[in-house]
Amino acid sequence: MLTAILVMAGIAVAVGAVLGFAALRYKVEGDPLVEKIDAILPQTQCGQCGFPGCRPYAEAIAKGEADINLCPPGGEEGVKKLAELLGVEPKPLDESHGVQKPKSVAFIDESLCIGCTLCIQACPVDAILGAAKQMHTIIAAECTGCELCVAPCPVDCISMVPLKEDVGNWKWKYPVFKLKQVA
Amino acid sequence: MMELHRFPGGIHPDEQKAQSAARPIHAAFVPKKLVVPLRQHIGQPAKPVVQVGEHVLKGQMIAEADGYVSVAIHAPSSGTVTDIGLAAVPHPSGLPDLCITIATDGKDEWMARTPVDWRNTDPAALRGHVRDMGIVGLGGAVFPSSIKLDPAGNPPIHTLVLNGGECEPWITCDDRLMRECAEDILEGARIMQHLLGASRVIAGIEDNKPEAIAAMRAAAQKLGLAVEVAAMPTIYPGGGGKQITKTLTGLDTPSGGRTTDVGVQVFNMGTSYALARAILHGEPLISRIVTVTGHVLRPQNYEVLIGTPMRELLLRAGERDGTTGIIMGGPMMGFDVPNPDVPVVKSTNCVLAKSAELFPPKPRELPCIRCTQCVPVCPAELQPQQLYWFARAKDLGKAQEYHLFDCIECGCCSYVCPSHIPLVDYYRFAKSEIWAREKEKRLADTARDRHEFRLFRQEREKKEKAERLAAKAQTKKAEAPVLSTPEQDAKQKLIQEALARAQAKKAAVSPKNVDNLSPVKQAEIAEIEARRAKIRAIAKQPVEPEQP
Repeated sequence: MLTAILVMAGIAVAVGAVLGFAALRYKVEGDPLVEKIDAILPQTQCGQCGFPGCRPYAEAIAKGEADINLCPPGGEEGVKKLAELLGVEPKPLDESHGVQKPKSVAFIDESLCIGCTLCIQACPVDAILGAAKQMHTIIAAECTGCELCVAPCPVDCISMVPLKEDVGNWKWKYPVFKLKQVA
Repeated sequence: MMELHRFPGGIHPDEQKAQSAARPIHAAFVPKKLVVPLRQHIGQPAKPVVQVGEHVLKGQMIAEADGYVSVAIHAPSSGTVTDIGLAAVPHPSGLPDLCITIATDGKDEWMARTPVDWRNTDPAALRGHVRDMGIVGLGGAVFPSSIKLDPAGNPPIHTLVLNGGECEPWITCDDRLMRECAEDILEGARIMQHLLGASRVIAGIEDNKPEAIAAMRAAAQKLGLAVEVAAMPTIYPGGGGKQITKTLTGLDTPSGGRTTDVGVQVFNMGTSYALARAILHGEPLISRIVTVTGHVLRPQNYEVLIGTPMRELLLRAGERDGTTGIIMGGPMMGFDVPNPDVPVVKSTNCVLAKSAELFPPKPRELPCIRCTQCVPVCPAELQPQQLYWFARAKDLGKAQEYHLFDCIECGCCSYVCPSHIPLVDYYRFAKSEIWAREKEKRLADTARDRHEFRLFRQEREKKEKAERLAAKAQTKKAEAPVLSTPEQDAKQKLIQEALARAQAKKAAVSPKNVDNLSPVKQAEIAEIEARRAKIRAIAKQPVEPEQP
């Protein structure tokens, strides 16, 4: 009887030690769900969802505090992916947070720019180059098209230019039937 | 006779090569206008180094390589740069691209040409020179040759293959080049072998080109080169890089890999010729051999300056009524150009004029009946019917699982499909969609990193500012006791006394302008006050809507 109790207790201690070690050794830093949601979000950092950036929104979704249809740049496709990840029904984009627009980049009319640096402070990805009383310019390759620089500009010299299709970014189209009109 | 191997799949389309193969290569001519695109190779487009209005000589560099995967572009003839801007280019999208337009002066005046002593040149410098001479793979992929000539990879290159397969129907430019310039081709191969350190050189030529095989063998003997010239069976796509490697060496390229993974490097005959011209004669890649055939009066091969409008070629070869369009490349892998004014580029091996008889419109696409006729013909041993299924359903992940990227887009599957499904179009769609998504993902990752760094920077700046202020306050505190001298105390005391006096004086005095007024003045003031009260009352009333 005593032997049995001792054996069981021994096993319990051993297993407990292994589990305790594993918990420390393989500890997961941060919330993996947040990472997964953040990977789906488009990283525009535009704040249209009402959160200051994509990661805070991802955290809010993970906690169940925010809906999955608040991200206009992600569009319907983004909502669908989030729904798939979280195992919920996809829903249409909440248009009170904005509508999906074609991908654009900001453009500074350099003849109007007064060098106030307000847009530089607004840019969430540091994609504007310039200094006080010096002309500013957009690093187009880094611009996410969030439009956050447009409003602060006191001389309205920033416009959003939709990205045009060119030979470099052109994609093969989905094959379609050409319907022929018959008499 | 060396042992040959059989690659899987393949088809035997109608060859249609006799029309253009019989005539010799027509010498180059100079058109009035040359439109030279800056994106003629895989990788970064070249960067212009000339300005509008500048006079350029034949062979002068007009755009330099921009980065590692890029090559230079040269003026194909002497003349004046008239435009640097968007112009129509031969591209399946039909979209315009950046081009340098040159109005030729007809003198065709060369710049100074300097041959390179390649045996005594540092290999890296020689590769840099190859890049600056604009050499790219002329078989169709237009990949910068300077990169392919770098043997840095693992395993070392043991075999250099000269690709004279030319398996596409209608095209005979490599055939004619081998017949007429075999020695130059082999001179180029010698340089390639030197750079790659390959022990073996094999020239693979399909057996429907007996004259070319004979010419190459004779040239090898004359130059005393140990080049094995192999006559391969004619099977489409026997000229594919992986296919010719299998045929000549028996080595299978692993899935997702390149032929260099099995120690074989493959170059097109035209590339070898262009390399020889560049290194031994100092002539950059400014022209190439183009087969002009199909619905024309005199099908023939032409040496064509890069940038020559395709229309000029049709005119010379005898344009015929009923031309319905132009294919650049062959009927299997080529594409329709948007209009006949697009220029010949480095990848243009064939200008194929279409007519309703030669290329009748494709019958209507019917549903896939899962007959799997496409499976045995696929040279990459894929399952085209499954790939079609996934591409059609936009299930891109699944398509990748079924090795979509091993597809060489040869078109064998579409050729045999009884339902006339444009299978390759579906694969191309799926591939470019996957590339676009990967690019988007990369951009999103960059944006995330940059945003996170910005947050970190703001936090750091805040902390630094707080520390600075704290340090400043500290020094102020430390300095404060020094300021409190008896002299200062006395001053402070005087100020305090003066302030107290001023306060007392102010309290004692009251305003005098409303004291001792005459009754008339008093009445006036009362009247004004009444008027003010009235206005206030009016202002408080709600606004009546205006009468219509």
